[in-house]
Amino acid sequence: MSSLFNVLNISGSAMSAQSQRLNTVASNLANVDSAAGPDGKPYKAKQVVFSEVAQSVGASGVKVSKVIEDKAPFRMEHDPSNPLADENGYVSMPNVNATQEMVNMISTSRAYQNNVETMNAAKSMLLKTLSIGQG
Amino acid sequence: MTKIDDMFNFHQSALRLRAQRQEVIASNIANADTPNYKAKDIDFAKALNEAVIASSTAMGGNSTQGVTAQIGEPAPVQYRSAITQASVDGNSVDSEVERNSFIDNALRYEASVGMVNSDIKDMLAVLQNS
Repeated sequence: MSSLFNVLNISGSAMSAQSQRLNTVASNLANVDSAAGPDGKPYKAKQVVFSEVAQSVGASGVKVSKVIEDKAPFRMEHDPSNPLADENGYVSMPNVNATQEMVNMISTSRAYQNNVETMNAAKSMLLKTLSIGQG
Repeated sequence: MTKIDDMFNFHQSALRLRAQRQEVIASNIANADTPNYKAKDIDFAKALNEAVIASSTAMGGNSTQGVTAQIGEPAPVQYRSAITQASVDGNSVDSEVERNSFIDNALRYEASVGMVNSDIKDMLAVLQNS
């Protein structure tokens, strides 16, 4: 019955999923040059996977079902002076693709904005409905 | 009372279906990046027609039935027929189409609210004139 309140739930779930995606983008971009993590291995790019959550008849929200690590090979950089370099002078660098992450970031922020607009529209519709018959 | 009931019933059905459609479109916008999500929508004209017929037949019976028939069934949700090709991840949401439908539906909802308000105003005017 409360369809419009459900709109708030749906766009809220999408907003939190998108901000989690933005979190991984920030983490990937921040670690674009982290050649050694806590385990001594280079940082691996992370990506979120979205899945839908049934909210009511026919309408569903979003959640982050899992965070996967990018399977792409590490970037090999030639830097013999680096203490992490192997016998051939190559250093394994994280497999973060900075261009891809920037595009991901823009896409995330647009999706977030769309959901904010959705929420605002639902809010103004609810307020209009509450004022039925008041003049 | 039947005339007033009829009037409010129509607006009630219209607003309820508009709100349901708004929810379905919000779900499409929210799932614009979800793999394998298919865009959905409801057939508003058909659903409103059915709701009006259902409520008018219920009103023809005794009055206690009329009251329960006002709690309408939600309209059946269908997949939006794909005009454009779906993405590689199986998602068929077209953000622009959804945004247009969302704004269109919100305006029509507010128009319906405006019509309810003006009907109420008319009724109050009649009452105050007597």
